[in-house]
Amino acid sequence: MSNDSALNYTVAQGRATSFFPTFERKDELQHATHFCPGCGHGVVHKMLARAIDELAVQDRTILVGPVGCGVFTYHYFDVGNISAAHGRASAVASAVKRSRPEAIVLSYQGDGDLAAIGAAEILHSANRGESITVIFINNAVYSMTGGQSAPTTLLGQKSTTNPEGRNAIPDGYPLHVSELLATLEAPVYIERVGLGDNKQLMAAQRAIRRGLENQVRGLGFSFIEVLAPCPTIWKMNAVEAQHWVRDVMEKTFPLGVMRDKTKETEPRPAPASAPALDRIPGILGVAEADLPTGNAHVMEQGREVDLEVRIAGFGGQGVLLLGEMLAEAGLDAGLEVSWLPSYGPEMRSGTSNCHVRISNAVIDSPVVTSPGVLVAMNEPSLRKFDRAVRPGGWIIYNGEEFPADCVRDDIHVLALPFTQIANDLGDARAANMVMLGALLQISGVLPRESVSAALRRLIKHQRWVDLDEKAIAHGGSLAAARSQEE
Amino acid sequence: MRKQLMKGNEAIVKSAILSGCRAFYGYPITPASEIAETAALYMPKTGGIYVQAESEVAAINMLYGAAAAGVRAMTASSGPGISLMQEGVSYMAGAELPCVIADITRGGPGLGSINCEQGDYNQVVKGGGHGNYRTLVLAPYSVQEMADLTALAFTLAERYRNPVFLLADGFVGQMMEPVEFPEKAIEAETPRWAVTGTAATRSNLVTSLYLDADKLEAHARHLEAKYEMASRLETRSELWQTDDADIVLVGYGITGRILKAVCTEARAAGIKVGMLRPITLFPFPNDDFQRLAKRARAFAVVEMSNGQLLDDVRLALNGARPVEFFNRMGGNVPTHEEVLHFVRALAAQIAPASQPAEERLAHV
Repeated sequence: MSNDSALNYTVAQGRATSFFPTFERKDELQHATHFCPGCGHGVVHKMLARAIDELAVQDRTILVGPVGCGVFTYHYFDVGNISAAHGRASAVASAVKRSRPEAIVLSYQGDGDLAAIGAAEILHSANRGESITVIFINNAVYSMTGGQSAPTTLLGQKSTTNPEGRNAIPDGYPLHVSELLATLEAPVYIERVGLGDNKQLMAAQRAIRRGLENQVRGLGFSFIEVLAPCPTIWKMNAVEAQHWVRDVMEKTFPLGVMRDKTKETEPRPAPASAPALDRIPGILGVAEADLPTGNAHVMEQGREVDLEVRIAGFGGQGVLLLGEMLAEAGLDAGLEVSWLPSYGPEMRSGTSNCHVRISNAVIDSPVVTSPGVLVAMNEPSLRKFDRAVRPGGWIIYNGEEFPADCVRDDIHVLALPFTQIANDLGDARAANMVMLGALLQISGVLPRESVSAALRRLIKHQRWVDLDEKAIAHGGSLAAARSQEE
Repeated sequence: MRKQLMKGNEAIVKSAILSGCRAFYGYPITPASEIAETAALYMPKTGGIYVQAESEVAAINMLYGAAAAGVRAMTASSGPGISLMQEGVSYMAGAELPCVIADITRGGPGLGSINCEQGDYNQVVKGGGHGNYRTLVLAPYSVQEMADLTALAFTLAERYRNPVFLLADGFVGQMMEPVEFPEKAIEAETPRWAVTGTAATRSNLVTSLYLDADKLEAHARHLEAKYEMASRLETRSELWQTDDADIVLVGYGITGRILKAVCTEARAAGIKVGMLRPITLFPFPNDDFQRLAKRARAFAVVEMSNGQLLDDVRLALNGARPVEFFNRMGGNVPTHEEVLHFVRALAAQIAPASQPAEERLAHV
C-alpha cells in the first residue's frame, strides 16, 4: 500500500452520488448489487460512478448498458439509462451522442457483447470517431450464460464450450481488441488496465476518469479495456482471481496506453444550428417558389388524352430522361402523368426502359404493357417490346432499316437513324431528344410551351438546352414529313 | 397547391423531414437506396443526422439510440436488410420506441433479385422478430401516398410508441408521379420519456428487459392493448367500386393500381368487379371484408408473393365467402390483361347462381 500515497490516491469511502441510494432490482436485496464477491464489474461500477461524480456530469450522463453481467447498470447508476441489445451498445451510444451532443454518453460492454457479437459495431464506432466513452470489461469468459468461451478466452483456458481448454487450432487466438482499435486513426484514447492488484486498480480508476474527461472536453472516441476477475466462473476465490488477472491474463493482454492523442486533439466544434422551421420547405425544394410553372400551358378542355408509352434502349442512351421529359411536359400541360423505370443493375449493363402514361383522367396503373407508342433506341429493345404495341399504335425506331421480321400491318413505324441525325445536329447523345420530338409530333397531345418548360426544368446547362430544343424541333419535322408521306 | 414530379423514394424523405424527422441511419440496398441518398443530401442541411451504418443491424440499433434520445428517426431498406433489422425492431417494440422503417421490397428468399416483389409481407406484417409484438404497417400505392403515409407513420409511431413500417414495392419506390407536400414543416416535440442527458430526464429508462414473469406479462398485455386500440382507430382501406360488386379484388401497393385498371375493363365487359385495397396491413381492415361479404359473391386476392396476403384475407372473411387467388412472383408484375383473364374465368364460375331462374332455364 506504500505506493498509494506516492500516486496521490485516496480510497473513496461510502457510496458515490451517481449511485442510487438503494437498488430496486430485487425487493429483498436493495442494499447489494447482483455481482458475485470479487467480481470486477462491481469495482468498475464504483470507479465509473466516482468519475461521474468528480467531473460533475451526473445530470448529463447517459449510460448505454449491455447484455451480459453488466445488464443491470440502470439499477445502480442514477443517470439517464438505455439498455441495448446484445453487442449493439456502441451503435446505440453513437446515435444517442449524435442526437444529444451535450450529453456524456457511455457504452459499457463485456467481452462477449463487444468482442464477439458486437465486433462490427465497436470497430465502426471507433473508426467513425464517435465522441463516446466505451468501457470494455474483459474477463475472458461468458459469465452471465454460465462460462462459455469468449473471443478473449486465453489459450489453454477451460470453459464449458472448451472443456479441454482453448487451442489455437481450431479455435484461433484471444482477440486483442485494444490493439485492433489502435490501428484506426480516429480514436483519441485507448488504454488497457487491469484489476489485478492495488496499483492496477489505481491506474484503472485514472483511465476511466480520463475516458470521461476526454468526452467532457469534446475530444472524440475513448476506449478503456479492463481486465476483470470472474471468480465464480474461473472457480477461484476473490483473491486468487485477482492475482490471476495480474499473473496470467496480463501476459496475454499487456496493460498500457495504446493510443493517446488527447493533447494534440482539438475539441470538436459544436454542430451547426438547425435552420428555422419556415426555411425547411425551401431547402427541400418543395416550397411554392420551387414548383413547376404548373398548369401554365393547360390544353383546351374536353380533349381526351390517354398516351401510353414504352421507351427502351441501351443504358446511357438517355432512355429514362426521355421519359421523364415527356412526363414533366405532361404535368406542365395540366395532365395526369406517371413514369416508371426499370432499375438496378440494368442501368449499368445493357438495356434500360421506362413506362410513361399521360392522361386527362386519373391514372390507374402506371405499368404500360400494351403501349400506344414504343420508342426503341436499339434493335434488342425493339425485339423485346414490338409485339406488345397495340394495334393502331406507333413504333419509333432508331435505325435505318426496320427489321423485316418485325413488320406488322396493324401499326405505324417511323424508322430513322436518329443517332446519326443527332450527331449531324451537334451531338449523338441528343438522339433521345430527336426521338422525343418525333413522339410529340406523332402523339400531338402536348403543347410546345410545356415541352420547353420541361426542358428548362430538367436540363441545367444552356448548351444542352439549346441543342435539345433544336433536336426536339428537328425530330418533330421529321415525323411531320413522314405523316405527309402517309 | 401545385404538384411536382418526384420519385416515391425521394418523396418519403421530404415528407419525413417536413414531419419533423431529423435522423436517418441506414445501409444502401436496391431498390431503396434513393431514400438513403436523399436523406444524405437533406438531413445535414435541415439540422438532422445522416449516418451510413456498417450494417442494417447497426442501423436499426442506431435508430434505437436516436429514438431513445427523443429524436424522430427513420431508416429504409429492402428484404435482406429488413431481415437483419428484425432484431432491433423487436427491441424497439419491447422498449416502446417510435421509429419509421421503409421497406421497398424486392425478390426473395435469400439474395432473390432486385425486381419488384411483395414477399416481405409476412416478415413485416406478422413481425419477423422475436416476442409478442406487432408493428403498424402502411402500404402506399402512389407517390402521393408515399408522402402522405410517411407523415402518418410518424404520427402513429409516436402515438403508439411503436415502430411503424411503410411497406412499398420497388415500383412504388422507383416511379415518378406528381406529388404535393404540406406548406409548413412540423417541429417534433421531445417526448417526456426520452433520455436526453438532462436533470429533468435523469430518471428516465429505456429498456425491454422484464425478468419478473408477472411484470413481463403485464408489459405484454399493455402492448396488446395498444395494438387493439390501433385496430379500432387506425385501420384504413380504399374501397373502389365495391358498392355493387359481385367480385371483390384484393391487393395492395402497385397491385392496387393494376387492379383499378382491371376493374375498369371488367366493368366495360359487364362484370361487376370492385377492389378492396388495405392501406394498413396491420391493423388489417377485417370489418371491411365482413361488410363487403354481405353483397359480394367471391373475393380474389392478387399479390406478388406466395399467398401471404391471402392468409389474412381468409382470416378476415372467416369462411364467409370463397377466396380465389392469382399471383406472380420473381419480379413478374401481373399485367392487367392476365388478371382480367382470371377475373373473366372467375365470373363465369360464379355467374349461374346469380342469374335469374328463367335465364338459367333458357340455357338448358
